[in-house]
Amino acid sequence: MALPTLINTRSPLATPTAQRARLESLPLARTFEEALGDAGLAGLTRASVRVLQINLGKRCNQACHHCHVDAGPDRTEVMPDAIVEAVLAALERSTIPTLDITGGAPELHPRFRDLVSRAKAMGRHVMDRCNLTITTLPSYADLPEFMAAHRVEIVASLPSYAAAQTDRQRGEGVFESSIEALRRLNALGYGREGTGLPLNLVTNPVGAFLPASQAALERDWKRELKRRHGIEFNRLFTITNMPISRYLDWLEHTGNLETYMQKLVQAFNPATVEGLMCRDTISVGWDGRLFDCDFNQMLDLPVDPRGPRSVADLLMTPTRLVHPVVTGPHCFGCTAGAGSSCGGATIREA
Amino acid sequence: MDTYYHPPDLARFPEVGKDAPELWAKFLVWYNAVFAEGALTEREKALIALAVSHAVQCPYCIDAYTTGSLEKGATPEQMTEAVHVASAIRGGASLVHAVQMRNRIEKIGM
Repeated sequence: MALPTLINTRSPLATPTAQRARLESLPLARTFEEALGDAGLAGLTRASVRVLQINLGKRCNQACHHCHVDAGPDRTEVMPDAIVEAVLAALERSTIPTLDITGGAPELHPRFRDLVSRAKAMGRHVMDRCNLTITTLPSYADLPEFMAAHRVEIVASLPSYAAAQTDRQRGEGVFESSIEALRRLNALGYGREGTGLPLNLVTNPVGAFLPASQAALERDWKRELKRRHGIEFNRLFTITNMPISRYLDWLEHTGNLETYMQKLVQAFNPATVEGLMCRDTISVGWDGRLFDCDFNQMLDLPVDPRGPRSVADLLMTPTRLVHPVVTGPHCFGCTAGAGSSCGGATIREA
Repeated sequence: MDTYYHPPDLARFPEVGKDAPELWAKFLVWYNAVFAEGALTEREKALIALAVSHAVQCPYCIDAYTTGSLEKGATPEQMTEAVHVASAIRGGASLVHAVQMRNRIEKIGM
């Protein structure tokens, strides 16, 4: 069952402006820039672009409690055709090796398959950030076969290997549907050794606390998903919940906001900074604007205006985008503990 | 002050070191070493701490090790079982003293 989006319920925190104002109003021990400075680190800059991450829009068949996009079935913002073409043109002219597709549920976009096929034809690695349940809808039943045929890496969200916790965060019945989807992907070779079809899972805490050790959780998840459901996967990524949009709203309503933010600030770890995704990723919004990450995109914090500002500008400067990364209090979410990124913890354990 | 226990006081724990800084420093070194990964995992140690927190009925410790157990990847089911272990030992510890009661009955009874 889909939950209402903040936009739909006219929440005071529905707009990026209101979210930024609420985050800035919190009495934190230091700013993100001060934390970097105290650790002897300069402001963040991007070395080069290795990942072009595109957000195809806010439409989704789910509406999870923690969604930083405020995505849902009632959202209408999707990437126009002209922007899809601009993305493909920018990709073709560049040497960016990876196209990372996210949303919403990106597969709902009518140009999704075209985008994947053409990026693969250019020889690029393509990643799809998949909510799993989309593949169980009748109109998308052949999606797993399409993904396998195009060797798309699937990065799938599943907060817990236990049904109750997954459904609490993502909606009633999501766990069962996700397990069904994982079984189908496994049957096609996804997540199996030697097939070259990567199936990586993403987990984020079901509540106001930091993720556990990625390596320790991956061992548990592999054992438990195999034992309980016969499911295999390649890697588990832990992601810290970001105080943006619906998760921010949940923190506010449950009285957890201030302590959660203080926890993130207190857990600032300078060793996470080198692996932050904003160091090698550029994020394209559904409207074609450029952002330093998907979180900045949702907070409407565009890239430094001295550099390229839209995907069309990328045609001129394909991979060099060295302007400073735009930061704010939410950045503490990516630098807490073992760090957090679209590829999981930024500090890898042995 | 309307209660002896205040959640914000947990963050003031280091103030205990003010009048005995060397002992506090030694405690911290020992405490951190105890909870580091060793023959037991950090998660197992957090679950033991959670169970003991209930046995000694320390609200600060319950707060700290509920969060701590979750952040070490323990599930609510594992955490609840850990508290049952502590409770069973507490209950059993009372009950096993009934042997002493029985010894006394046998000694003074007819």
